[in-house]
Amino acid sequence: MAIITYREALNQALREEMSRDDRVFLMGEEVGVYNGAYKVSKGLLEEFGEMRVVDTPITELGFAGVGVGAAMVGLRPVIEFMTWNFALLAIDQVVNAAAKMLYMSGGQYPMPMVFRGPNGAALQLSAQHSQAFESWLAHIPGLKVVTPGTPYDAKGLLKAAIRDDNPVVMLEGEMLYNTKGEVPEEDYIVPIGKADLKREGGDCSIITNGKMVLVAMNAADQLAKEGIHVDVVDLRTVRPMDVDAITASVRKTNRAVVLEEGWEIAGIGAQVVDYVQRECFDDLDAPVVRVHQADVPMPYAKTLEKTAKPDVAKTIAAVKKVLYLN
Amino acid sequence: MAAKKKSDAKGLPGDPQLRKDLLHSMILQRRFEEKVGEAYALGKIGGFCHLYIGQEAVSTGVLSMLRADDYVVTTYRDHGQALARGMTPRAIMAELFGRIDGCSRGKGGSMHLFDRNTNFLGGHGIVGGHVPLAAGVGFAIKYRGGDQVIACFMGESVVNTGAFHEALNMAALWKLPCLFIIENNKYGMGTAVERAAAIKDLSRRADAYDGMHGEYVDGQDVFAVRDAMERALGIARRESKPVLLEIRTYRYMGHSMSDAVSGTYRTKAELDEYLKRDPINLLKARMLEAGDITDADIAAMEQEVKATCQDAWDFADASPEPPLEALYEDVLVDTTS
Ligand SMILES: Cc1ncc(C[n+]2csc(CCOP(=O)(O)OP(=O)(O)O)c2C)c(N)n1
Ligand SMILES: [Mg+2]
Repeated sequence: MAIITYREALNQALREEMSRDDRVFLMGEEVGVYNGAYKVSKGLLEEFGEMRVVDTPITELGFAGVGVGAAMVGLRPVIEFMTWNFALLAIDQVVNAAAKMLYMSGGQYPMPMVFRGPNGAALQLSAQHSQAFESWLAHIPGLKVVTPGTPYDAKGLLKAAIRDDNPVVMLEGEMLYNTKGEVPEEDYIVPIGKADLKREGGDCSIITNGKMVLVAMNAADQLAKEGIHVDVVDLRTVRPMDVDAITASVRKTNRAVVLEEGWEIAGIGAQVVDYVQRECFDDLDAPVVRVHQADVPMPYAKTLEKTAKPDVAKTIAAVKKVLYLN
Repeated sequence: MAAKKKSDAKGLPGDPQLRKDLLHSMILQRRFEEKVGEAYALGKIGGFCHLYIGQEAVSTGVLSMLRADDYVVTTYRDHGQALARGMTPRAIMAELFGRIDGCSRGKGGSMHLFDRNTNFLGGHGIVGGHVPLAAGVGFAIKYRGGDQVIACFMGESVVNTGAFHEALNMAALWKLPCLFIIENNKYGMGTAVERAAAIKDLSRRADAYDGMHGEYVDGQDVFAVRDAMERALGIARRESKPVLLEIRTYRYMGHSMSDAVSGTYRTKAELDEYLKRDPINLLKARMLEAGDITDADIAAMEQEVKATCQDAWDFADASPEPPLEALYEDVLVDTTS
């Protein structure tokens, strides 16, 4: 298997799916001539031309709606947001249009489209550019929401998302684009709605998604040195959530930490904890502990930012807490 | 560019059959919505329900000029356009009654009429939100190299939204075959257009985009609407460029069923003034005067329309409510099989 970056994995997924199906096109700010704000679409304009790799004005509401309209009449748009912070301007189209169209038309108008782009914090981008929106989007029936944490999952999930006849939201990570991993040469998809047990250990389950998968894996490595072995359950998709994977792990370890990038209140972790208390109440040996961003807008100053973010140290502390080690 | 007036011996545009069809389309909308008002009062229809009465020359004028393979998208005030597009009164009434035989299977209601068979891409409830969809349909037409157009109806309040400008800019930039049709009925709920828009002549919004054709049209005269559409289609279909029409009309009823007919924001005198230019009466008068139709013809047409509307009511009333299993259907396309 080739070792490639997350960015290259996404690029391959786009190229392969656009070659496979000429109804698929990519639209967004700087996706063409500039090769993508984060270079995810590098080379695609040259290969597919400007009807299929479309540079838009800075007009998120507008081009998200263009995607919805095109999907209504049978095209398969991939709408790239430069980041999800800017997608807030387009949220009407995602929530009120794409997520509702099939239902309110009584099944007549499916929305075979993808909304994608980087989500969450990078480094010192401060309040308006450092937000993780998983839980906002996962709240909405009519959407599927995927959050790949590795190059393998990024490619497989994007290919699955493009082939899906439903509107799929894909949350990537600016800090993930340069990360590397093994990706097969041959065609594959990662099924939407399936979690992945990224690491096995019997002492505790760390349930996480997206960018936090790396944090969890790192924490697991360090815990292993102290003789503590954890399951890392990568949800991969946060809507629909793979409840079976969560419960299988927690029934085995009897303890759980839920790690997410976003804020606490009504976060993804709150939903995971709800599933755990309903399905695994008698299996638990300790209350579930959550790790998440501090309940503040992201600060700029380095130390403050570091303090606000969920990280390896906080994850390790949480695991020790559910093991009653501190 | 002005379309050549094709008048026949009676000095009227079009031919006798076409004129009868136009009148029929407008009368059907009017009587159908009167029935809707009755059904609403009886509690057979719920929720928000916005009548189109007074604006029928717009829907009929515009849609009588489209081809079957063209597309239509509109707002929550969608009954008139759905009828003028050829959706059946039965399917529309059943939708309003929230029944399984409704055009959106009882899931959409008054504001969300959809019909794949007639390329009716829905009534949409977020003011301005559907205008980018029209640009997207225009994009898809161009992507496929087709020669269809999309007609996008909107209230005059929409010209003040960001979505409108974002969509028009892209449509002009990418030369998309979109007809943006403002139905200026003078009010957005209780706000008069001059209290909301910092521009008087709304079609001049087109001037913000190089080369975009904009014009205003008398929306009470179905022939004037058709003339404007002929020019608009010449541009949209043949040159693949967007057009902005401001069609001036008037709504005779309240904003929705919960709003009194004249209300606090307009006077009874104003309403009476506009009633003098009722689009249906204007058309009838012209046809009668030219000897194109007789009072007996009109009475027969009214009779037939009345029966059609009663049939739609009876059909809707007899249609079952959606089964409870339908609650969880069509949230997502099933991709498991
Ligand atoms: C974004 C948004 N804001 C407010 C509303 C509530 N609302 C519904 S219709 C309406 C007035 C719209 O007027 P206009 O566009 O002129 O259309 P008309 O009702 O006259 O056909 C308002 C404010 C809404 N549906 N969407
Ligand atoms: Mg209005």
